[in-house]
Formats: sequence, C-alpha cells, structure tokens
Amino acid sequence: MRRTLFLIWKELLQALRDPKTRVSLLLPPIIQLFIFTFAATLDVKNVPIAVLNRDFGEKGFELVQRFRGTPYFSRMIYLHSVDEIAKTVDKQKAVMVIFIDEDFSRKLDAKEPATVQLILDGRKSNTAQILAGYANSILQQFNDDYVAKAHLKQQNTRLFPYNWYNPNLLYYWYNIPSLVATLSMLICLVVTTNSVARERELGTFDQLLVSPLSPLEIVIGKIVPGVIIGTLEGLLLLVVGVFIFKVPFNGSFPLFILSLLIFICANGGLGLFISSLSATQQQAMLGTFVVMVPAVLLSGFATPIENMPIWLQPVTYLITLKYMLVISKGIFLKDINASIVFHNLWPLALIAIFTLISAGLLFRRRLE
Amino acid sequence: MGVRRLRALIKKEALQIMRDPSTILISVVLPLFLMFLYGYGVSLDLNHLRIGLVLEDSSPEATSFAASLYGSPYFDVKTVLDKRELLYDIQSGAIRGFVEVPFYFTQFRHRPTKIAPIQVIGDGSEPNTATFVQNYVSGAFQNWLKHQSISYNLKGVDRVSSQTRFWYNEELESRNFLLPGSLAIIMTLIGTLLTALVVSREWERGTMEALISTTLTRAELIIGKLVPYFFLGLLSMFLCFIATVMVFGVPFRGSIWLLALVSAVFLFCALGLGFMISTLAKNQVVSYQISIVTGFLPAYILSGFLFEIYSMPLWIQLLTYVMPARYFVQCLQTLFLVGNVWSLIFFNMIPLCIVGIIFFLIAVKKTVKRLD
Repeated sequence: MRRTLFLIWKELLQALRDPKTRVSLLLPPIIQLFIFTFAATLDVKNVPIAVLNRDFGEKGFELVQRFRGTPYFSRMIYLHSVDEIAKTVDKQKAVMVIFIDEDFSRKLDAKEPATVQLILDGRKSNTAQILAGYANSILQQFNDDYVAKAHLKQQNTRLFPYNWYNPNLLYYWYNIPSLVATLSMLICLVVTTNSVARERELGTFDQLLVSPLSPLEIVIGKIVPGVIIGTLEGLLLLVVGVFIFKVPFNGSFPLFILSLLIFICANGGLGLFISSLSATQQQAMLGTFVVMVPAVLLSGFATPIENMPIWLQPVTYLITLKYMLVISKGIFLKDINASIVFHNLWPLALIAIFTLISAGLLFRRRLE
Repeated sequence: MGVRRLRALIKKEALQIMRDPSTILISVVLPLFLMFLYGYGVSLDLNHLRIGLVLEDSSPEATSFAASLYGSPYFDVKTVLDKRELLYDIQSGAIRGFVEVPFYFTQFRHRPTKIAPIQVIGDGSEPNTATFVQNYVSGAFQNWLKHQSISYNLKGVDRVSSQTRFWYNEELESRNFLLPGSLAIIMTLIGTLLTALVVSREWERGTMEALISTTLTRAELIIGKLVPYFFLGLLSMFLCFIATVMVFGVPFRGSIWLLALVSAVFLFCALGLGFMISTLAKNQVVSYQISIVTGFLPAYILSGFLFEIYSMPLWIQLLTYVMPARYFVQCLQTLFLVGNVWSLIFFNMIPLCIVGIIFFLIAVKKTVKRLD
C-alpha cells in the first residue's frame, strides 16, 4: 500500500514537473472550452440572405419587411434581375434567395393563392433546411395575418412547438455538458498514454518492472495521476460552465462525480492499454490520435448516433464518450434518475476493468 | 542555392520517408480511415427521427393526422395513449420529442371560435435535432392540412405558401458537403501533424544538428525537408479524392486541375505551419499538442466544414480569417458541388498564399544555423 502511494506520488510529480507540460495540460482545455462553446454550434443566425422582389404591390413589400425584422438574418441584399440569383448563391453572398414574382400582390388582392420561391444553397444542407424552416414560419405568420385581415375562412388547427429541458434551444447548453466529458477524457488520455511510452523510450520502465512492485501496483501507479488530473479538469470545466456560462445543473452532483470518476478510469485504462502496446512516444501519440478521433466523431457529440448507418451503430457501444455524453447532458439538463445513469455506467465499468487488466498483462509480456 | 545539393537532400529525405513505416501509416492508412469515419459516421441527415405520439383523441381526423406521421419516411413513431408512458423514453434519449393530440382536438376543430391545438415537444438537450423535430412535424402537419382541405372541399385555407429549391445538393445529403470539407482536415493532418512530429523528432535525436553543420543554406534545408512531404500530401489528397467520388458518390463538378492547384497552395500553408511548430518546440510531445490545437481543431471547428461561421460570435469569426482551412473548405465545397466559380476561388487563394508565406518566413527566421 505504501509502495503504491509512493509510486503514485512519483508519477504525479513526473507528470507535472515540466512547466511546459503543466501549461499544456491546463491551458488548452480552458481555451477549447471557450472556443468550442461559442464556435461549435449548429445554430443558424446572422445569415446573409437576398431578395428579388418583382412585385410592386403593398403585399410584397410587407413580406420583405417581415424578413428584415428577424434576428436570423444579418443583412439583406436586394437583387434586380433573375440572372443575379445564380451569381449571388454561387459566390456565397447569400445562403437563401427569396423570389417574389410580379403577380404576388395582385393574386392576393384577388383572393387567390400565391407562392413565394425560396432558393437555398445546398452546399450547407443543414443550415439551408433550418433557414427554410424559419422562412416558412415567417410565411405562415404572414399568411395567418393576411387571412384574418381579409376575413377569409380561418384555419383553427394549430401546432404549438415547445422544447423541454432547453426551451430556447441554446446550443451552449448542449455544448458545455458535452465538453466537460470530452475534454476531461482527452486530458486523461494524453497523460496516461505518454506515461509508459516515455519511460520505455528512456529505458526506465524496465527498472520499474524489476522492482518489487506487482503489475497491479504499476497499473494503479500509472493510472491514478491521469485519473486525478482528468477528474479535476472535469470539475474545473463544470464550475466554469455552471458559474460563468450559467448552464443549469438540475441533477444529482454525487451521481455526476461517480460517473465522471468511472468514465475517467475507463479512459485511463484505454490510454494505458495504448501506451503498453507502443514502443515509442510517437507511436503512443499516433495511437491516441487514432483512438481519439473516432471516439469524438462516433460518440454522438458532433452528429447524432441515430443518423449513422445501422451497421455502424453497434461500433459505438465500444466508445466511452457515448455513455458519458448521455449521463452528462442528462444530469445537467434533464435531471435523469439513477436507473438511466446506471444503465450507461456499467458498460464504462466493464471497459475500465478490461483495459486495465490487459494493460497489466501487456507490461509483463513486453519484457520477455 | 545549389541545385545539385538540393536534389541530393530531397532524395535522401524521400528515401528516409519511404523507409519509415509510420509515414505510410499517416499518409495512406490514416487518411482513408478518416475518410471512412467522416463518410459514414458524421451525418446531419435525420432520416430516422424517433418520436412519440400521444393520441388522446381517436376520431377519424386525429387518426388521419397520426397516419400522416406514420407515413412520413422521416419518423419512427411510438404511439401511446398517456403522456406518462413517454417520460422515461424522452429522459433516456430513446425518443427525441413527441406530438400530443389532446382529447378535445376534434371537438374544438369544428368550433370556429376555438383553436384546436397540437403540441410538439422537442428534446432541447439536442438542439439541432429538436429543430428538425419541429420542422419535420410542421411539414407533415401542413401537408395533412392541405389534404384535409382538399377532401373536405374547404378550398385552400393557406393563401401564401412557399416553393423551396435546394441548389447544388437537391437530395440534401449532408455527406456531399461534409466529405469535401473533411479533405481539408485530412490535409492538415498530413501537412501539419506529420511534419511537426517528424521534424521535431529530428531535433530530439540530434540529426538536425548534423544537417546544420553541413554547407546547406537555411532555405535549402527547409525546401529539402518539405518537398517530399508536399508530394506525399498531394498523393493522399488524390487517394481521398478518388474515395470521395468513387466510393461515396459525391459529385465533382469543377476542374481537377484547379483542385490540384488549390490543394497545393493549401498544402504549402499546412507544411509551413508544421515546420514552424517543430522549429519552435523542438520536442515531439509539445509539437503534437500544438499541432492538434492550432492545426487539427481549427480545421475541424473554425473552418465552416460542419459549423456555420456566420453563427459564431464576432471575435471567433475574426479568428477564422487566419485559419487556412477556412479558405480551403470553401474552395472544396464549391469545386465539388458547384463547379469552377473563379472569383470565389481566386479570392480564397490570396489569403491562403499570404498565410503560407508568413508561416514560412517565421520558420526560416527561427531555423538558426547555430546551436544554442
């Protein structure tokens, strides 16, 4: 026991001794939290749009004014001919062009139905679809007001949209809980993967192996610094998220800590596993990269898992971040109950046990 | 500048690269692996939205609305009679939202003074998906209304409607713009990460000092080091291009020569960044960290490849102007989906060249032919 504590202390000192490394452990996650939070957003706002209004009547003008008065669009370019539409969209001067034809007001005044054309840049299909949604709700509102004014038969069936857990769909409420998990995972991976590979390159790892320490003790000694640093980093990011960004934290804090700890252990195990497989630091870093990129891409953070092809979805069961994202967002925003948490926690525990045992076994084998 | 000396150095570097197995790994296996991940794993196409439906009203009208949801290819609907049955599903993420038709729906629908409500509830913990739940349900609802007015002869209650066209990507496949964009990330990986790692390893091992002690000039040294990586980068760009077009069926509407030119200019920037990092850090671990933070992450987040630059706060938008990937992604998406839009490509290439030259100047300045 004392032996293990000494080893942990030595490893911690080693991980934090170099000032350059200390900075590289602390600074990037904080910078990333800020940049990711603001930049990694699928929100659509401030988009430049263009309008070609060939209608000289009052209705067309009124419709254009309605588009101008919304925060989704930053500026409106006025076009004068149909040829300009293609040029504007090609050069990405506008993502959407609203085309109101010359008979728009006349048709409405004659109580006939009229259409407005929306042309969207499919190079950005997500943005384009969301914009089309905005435009249609503006048109719907315009339609309802027109129908009411003209005393036509009114549609009395309505949709009432509402969103639970995040009523205004603020993207950073989604980003911050996800980033707490992602960034603490990355730090833990960096710390643990470098630990064994560097010693191996320097030759000091063999000395550790011939010492009276058992493989279990070495595994513990190697993983604990990463777990401590990762967990503290996670907590720091949580504090920044809750107190600076004011993201609500509705669920149970002890449950969150427990989940974070198990999640970090699973990643520490993964890091150690990669580290024990690689002979040099460069291999270890590339190994981390090869594990890290799919871990983030397939976790459901960037895009939802249900969008992936069915055959790929089972692969995500191996990804630690996937479980923690559900837990983190759940505890932050949804106040999920313990049964959902445990449902996502046991796979993490399983991954932790498996990777730690295999890393321990690999330490021994490597010496032969 | 001695041409012979330079040629000899390039030859030596090329041989060294080909002998190192990790180079092949990074320049061929890793790009194709990433391509595969981006092609299948990253998708914004919500084709299987799992939603719930609380159907408290069993009248023919309510049922026909339910049928319009069942018939939509976008939804997997789970129907229940009581909202409480859905609470666990929405908490655990098994459904992304639900639609609620109250028991008085039909009754109110036939009274002109009342409004018959249908509530759509999205799971706000996934904001993008929630937006799509709202949009798709609204689309299905509008369609249903139209059918209703036709079959009951109510004669078009909707007076103003829209006709929507999506240019360049009519099927709205997110893969068609995500994959070209991901080429920028892969190029950054090779140009920046590979170069930074390899050159800083040489500093660590001291082989760089051996080169410094020769008669090579600084410029020759840098060119000699980078030319092989430049061609390696172009090679993997070509491989990824083939995979994008042949395997994933993304259309390519531009000119392949223009693509090669743009890629070459971008590669020049990425290599410059990689070389600059390695000369500044001279240490593999630090180089790796810096190239991830300054090369890989910006290419992923600040390039407009997935996240819209317009929607970012102004200070981040300004930051994106110094990111080479931003310009490259715009060129790639345009070349693949639109064609040769000369002015757009030209205006994106100028900043790329400027950024590349700045990186190189710093790298040359910092490569002092002297040991500290």
